[in-house]
Amino acid sequence: MSLPEPSRRDTRLDPYVDAYAERTHGLQVSAVRALFAVANRPEVVSLAGGMPNIADLPREALGRAVDRLIADRGTQAMQYGSGQGEPFMREKIVEVMVEEQIQAHADDIVVTCGSQQALDLITRVFCDPGDVILAEAPSYVGALGTFHAYQCQVVHVAMDDHGLDPVALRAALVSLKAAGKRVKFLYTIPNYQNPSGVTQTLERRRELIAVAKEHDLLILEDNPYGLLALEGEPLPALRSMDSEHVIYLGSFSKIFAPGFRVGWALAPHAVREKLVLTQEAATLCPPVFSQYAIATYLEEFDWRNQIITFRDMYRARRDAMIEGLNDHMVEGTTWTHPTGGFFVWVTLPEGLDSQAMLPRAVTARVAFTPGTAFYADGLGSRNMRLSFCFPTPERIYEGTRRLGDVIKSEQDMHRTFGIDLDTARHHDLTTGPAPDIS
Amino acid sequence: MNDSTSHGPIVVLAGGLSHERDVSLRSGRRVAQALRDRGREVVETDVTSGLIDLLDSLDNPVAFPMLHGGVGEDGGLQQVLSLLEVPYVGSPPAACRRSFNKAIGGPLVAQAGLRTPETVALPHDMFRELGAAHLVRALGERVGFPMMVKPARSGSALGCTRVTKPSDLPAAIVAAYSYGDVAVVQPYVEGTEVAVTVVELDGEQVALPAVEIRPESGFYDYTARYTAGHTRFLAPAELGDDAAAACAEMAVTAHRVLGLRDLSRADIIVDADGQPVFIETNSAPGMTETSLVPLSVEAAGYDFGLLCAQLVDNAWARRS
Repeated sequence: MSLPEPSRRDTRLDPYVDAYAERTHGLQVSAVRALFAVANRPEVVSLAGGMPNIADLPREALGRAVDRLIADRGTQAMQYGSGQGEPFMREKIVEVMVEEQIQAHADDIVVTCGSQQALDLITRVFCDPGDVILAEAPSYVGALGTFHAYQCQVVHVAMDDHGLDPVALRAALVSLKAAGKRVKFLYTIPNYQNPSGVTQTLERRRELIAVAKEHDLLILEDNPYGLLALEGEPLPALRSMDSEHVIYLGSFSKIFAPGFRVGWALAPHAVREKLVLTQEAATLCPPVFSQYAIATYLEEFDWRNQIITFRDMYRARRDAMIEGLNDHMVEGTTWTHPTGGFFVWVTLPEGLDSQAMLPRAVTARVAFTPGTAFYADGLGSRNMRLSFCFPTPERIYEGTRRLGDVIKSEQDMHRTFGIDLDTARHHDLTTGPAPDIS
Repeated sequence: MNDSTSHGPIVVLAGGLSHERDVSLRSGRRVAQALRDRGREVVETDVTSGLIDLLDSLDNPVAFPMLHGGVGEDGGLQQVLSLLEVPYVGSPPAACRRSFNKAIGGPLVAQAGLRTPETVALPHDMFRELGAAHLVRALGERVGFPMMVKPARSGSALGCTRVTKPSDLPAAIVAAYSYGDVAVVQPYVEGTEVAVTVVELDGEQVALPAVEIRPESGFYDYTARYTAGHTRFLAPAELGDDAAAACAEMAVTAHRVLGLRDLSRADIIVDADGQPVFIETNSAPGMTETSLVPLSVEAAGYDFGLLCAQLVDNAWARRS
């Protein structure tokens, strides 16, 4: 074969590399993220993702309902809609929120493309680069990503087995004010928190509201798992205690199905106005067909009983995970005992780093999410989030067995080489980090 | 150039269970699309329990393995394809085994007279049984700093660390063992990093123009490899004629010594004296949008899809 004389190409393979906004600079490929590609294979027990198990939904009946929807109301359901969300959808959302003891008016609801978009809209409306958002330590990785995208500074506030610590919250607010920082809101998941599985006690909720009133602090209450109580009854939402200081985020992703991408924000009137205008600028309107489909589901199906079915299914999975952890974890490992939701938060013995352990886990055909994903400041190296929502109980138990073996191998490696983790990268829930106001 | 389509569907195999699954899927999609653009019939599949049935169901299939790491690069998949008598693009099993294992490939190439860094390969068990402290100290004294610590069987720089001081060595070794049971340690070679693609077409082994790699971060790690914009590539590399010729000769020699076939990519560092140092050869190099082989093919003025199609035809012709 003969080749022509080459001319030199000098390329970074992206002609726009110098044109991107500063806020995108963290968007890059990562080896850790790439490892999760293996988690999709059936050989791997994935305790990493947070996918709800929707196999128990009455899919055939839903299919017939959607057929009727298209035949009877298709011209409306497949048309553009209201930027605030369809009025009938918002009325139904009011009914759903009654289950969380929230009294609301449909006018104060903005329907969004999943509650993730509500997070985005609220951050866009409130935050300038450098503004501070307070969040539990640890906190939901998707929220941290949104806050990062708007160049906000996340300051973690300690939590323990009873939820966010109001004393630490007060201290953070005082320190930040003294440092001249602008705190825009507190982001919190009071029920079965992602990633810790911890639920704020009623007493803590009251204290948080008291702090919000004292400091005129806005609370962003994210409650995707609230109705998925596996023990006892759901506690009242923060929004049910204070309608002035709380923006409430809800979602159909966990109590119905995430593919419809319908969530909502319940906000004080003036905030709601801004959210609607921002929503219109972003997407014109939330998905109309999905709103029709969900409203049909809420109207024609026994959705409350479906939630009971979900709870029973997730309870069996949670129990399998706790049993597996009891049977397989090495001494010195601790974990939370969630009374609802999807997640268990594991703390490894001293000296171990969950992210460094992930390749070994993938080789052993088990996946988890390293704890560092849930901190904006690099902490969490000794933690991992385990999800019990998707695999069957038997697979979950097997996954904990594999994980136990991986941890033993990692400990063996550390003993062999006498290396210890940088302890500054870990804090227990009970001795969480002091506010970072740097 | 023979662009015949006498064979059946081309089965592009991508995915697998290795740590490089994500890269493999991207490579597979790119190759599959390039072949379709040439009018070829392509079936894309993962390596699953249904693979043998799939191959059985097709008339005259030709496999195009695009798996990185694991069974795709250690010869396991190629062995199965040979057993099934399915012609495939790429190197035979034994050659894959030789090149994929850094503890074997480097020393073999060194025996053939190519300049390579000294390679010390140590399984994890040796450290446990003999005591890590002594061995770590001996490694530091023997190899010197800075040094590279790598898993013996891995790609995409996963588990690789440049170590500049003794206190960082144990953690680097542990990081390498996260990807496998054997780690290799080599002196760090300072210089211009280049990749040279070798293709076999019309019975001829040809080195394509070297691609020079200049990662913005200074280290060509996973992020620098697969995030467009994070690395500057010069193709052909800014090398003198002698150095460029020496790199080409080195890549072809390594390809021959290791018994590779169809396609390989040699990673070479050209030192301050303009002398090439062989680092490793990949029998299943990446074909993603940010990979080096497609850049090299483009620099040669050649069409990527046509090259892929020609490699398929070569594989089919071997069977015939």
